[in-house]
Amino acid sequence: MNTTAAIRINEIRHHYGQREALGGVSLEVREGEILGLLGPNGSGKTTLFKLLATLMPIQAGSITVGEADAARQPAAVRAQLGVVFQSPSLDKKLRVEENLRHHGRLYGLSGGTLRTRIDQELERFGVADRRRDIVETLSGGLQRRAELAQAMLHRPRVLVLDEPSAGLDPAARSDLWRRLAAARAEGLTVIVTTHLLEEAERADRLAILDGGRVVADDTPAALRNSIGGDTLTLRTDEPEALAQAVRERLQREVSVIDRLVRLESDNAAADAAQLLAAFPDRISELTIGRPSLEDVFFSRTGKLFHD
Amino acid sequence: MSPTTTYSPSLPVVLTLAERELVRFFRQRNRVIGGLVQPVLFWLLFSEGLRSNDLGYTHFFPGTLVMILLFTAIFATISIIEDRNEGFLQGVLVAPVTRWAMVLGKVLGGAAIALIQALLFLALGWATVAEIQPTPLSALAAVGGMTLLAIALTGLGLLIAWRMNSTQGFHAIMSIFLLPMWLLSGAFFRHGAEGWLGLAVMINPLTYGVAALRHRLTPLDAAGLPAEPLCWAVTGAFAAVMLVACWWVAGRE
Repeated sequence: MNTTAAIRINEIRHHYGQREALGGVSLEVREGEILGLLGPNGSGKTTLFKLLATLMPIQAGSITVGEADAARQPAAVRAQLGVVFQSPSLDKKLRVEENLRHHGRLYGLSGGTLRTRIDQELERFGVADRRRDIVETLSGGLQRRAELAQAMLHRPRVLVLDEPSAGLDPAARSDLWRRLAAARAEGLTVIVTTHLLEEAERADRLAILDGGRVVADDTPAALRNSIGGDTLTLRTDEPEALAQAVRERLQREVSVIDRLVRLESDNAAADAAQLLAAFPDRISELTIGRPSLEDVFFSRTGKLFHD
Repeated sequence: MSPTTTYSPSLPVVLTLAERELVRFFRQRNRVIGGLVQPVLFWLLFSEGLRSNDLGYTHFFPGTLVMILLFTAIFATISIIEDRNEGFLQGVLVAPVTRWAMVLGKVLGGAAIALIQALLFLALGWATVAEIQPTPLSALAAVGGMTLLAIALTGLGLLIAWRMNSTQGFHAIMSIFLLPMWLLSGAFFRHGAEGWLGLAVMINPLTYGVAALRHRLTPLDAAGLPAEPLCWAVTGAFAAVMLVACWWVAGRE
C-alpha cells in the first residue's frame, strides 16, 4: 500500500445554526485505501460526506484532494471525485447508458472516449447486458452497480460513497464490497460512510465518529485488539443486581447493555468458571466473545452504538 | 492547476441537461395530459361558457397559450425539489460544471418542452378558428414571444423550486401565486379594469406577454392593450431577469 495522502481533512468544523455537527475532524486517507467512516445517526458522518463531496461550503478547516483545496478550487476537487449518494443519482426514467452518457458529458467526456469508457465501466460492474434498460426497472443491487459504473466513468482518484449498501440485500451488499475492493486494488482511494458494524469490518481503516468527533482511527483489527482480552456477557433476570454483585466479587468494571451484563476479561475461561460457581441460579446464559467494533465504540464513548 | 480550467466545457453540459429534460418528458405521457390537454379543455369550457358575454375562442386563445407555457414550466421545475435531494441533480451539483451551465440547461430544456406543446396548440388554433390567421411574420414573432415567456416561466419555476424541501410547498405557491398571476394577466379578464385589479394587471409582467401574443395572433381583440413595443420590452426583460435570478440563487451555494 502506498503512503501518499490522497485526501487531507484538517480541523473541519461545521455548524447548522447553533448546533455543532462536526467539532474539529482531522483525517488523512492514503492512496489506494478504503476508509470507513463509521458512526451512529447524528454522529456527523453525513455532514462530513457532504463536505467531502463539495455539496456544502466549508465553514472552518480545510479539505485537500491531491493538490487541490476544496474551498479555493472546487472544480479541480470535483474532477478528481466520484460520488455515490445514498439515494441513487441515476435518472430513473432514463436508460442505464443514457445516464452514463449525460454523466460523462458533465465531466467533459465526449465522442469515442465517452463511448469506450461507458462500455468499459458497464462491463466492469457487470451491467453491460442491461445497458438499454430503463433504470427504474432494475433491482436495487443492479442500480447500485450502474451508479458505481457512472461514478467511475471519469476515472476519479477518490470514490466517496454515502451508505452505499442502504436498501441492498446481503448478497448485493457483499457484491458491492467485492467490487470496491477490486477497484481499490487498481489504486482507487475509497471513502465510505456506514452505520453497519459488520460492513465496517471490511474497510482497510476505520474512523469512528461520535458527536462530531473522531473517537477512534485505526484498522478494524487493531481497534478490536485495543480492547484487550475477551468479552463476557451474562444473561439474567436482574441485570443491575447481578452487575453489582459481579463488580464486588471481581473488583472490575462491569456494565449493563441491553439488559445484558458485560465485562472485559484477560482470562475469560477462569472468570466464567468462577462466576458460574458463585451465581449458579442467577446466570441463565454466559457467552465468551472476541471484542467487536460495538465493544470498541462502547469503550471509547461509554455509549451503545445502536440505542 | 488553475481553478477555471478544470470546469467541463459548458455547451455540452447545457445541451446534455436540456436533452435529458426532453427525453424524460416524452417518456411520461401524463405530463402531456397535464401540460396540454388540461389547458385545451379549459379553452373549450371558457369559450363556450362565456360566449354570451362576447368572450369566445379568439379571446381566450392567447391566454390558453400562456397557460400551456405556465403549466409545463411548473411540471418541468417541480421535479427539481426531489431531483436535487435524492435524484439526478445531486450528481450535477458535485460535477465540475459551472452553475450557470446547469441553470441554462435546466431552463432551456423545460422551455423547449413548453414551446413544443404551445406550438401544437397554435397549430390547432390556426386550423380551427377563423379569426386566428396571423401572417407568417406575425406567427414567427408570436413564436419568439412564446420562447421568451417559456424561458421566463421555467426560470420562475426553478427559482421557486430551488429552495424548497417539499413538493407540497410548491403546490401552495402555485395556488396562491402562479395561478392568480395567470388570471391577472389579461388572459381571462378584459384589459382596462379599474382599481386594485387594474393595478395588479399593470404590474404583472405576464400581462405584457399575453398582450404581445394578442397583438400578433388576434389583433382584432387588441383594443385597450399596452403598446406593442412595451409588451416586447417587458417580456424580454422578464426572461432576462428570471435567468439572472436563477443563476444567482443556484450559484450561491
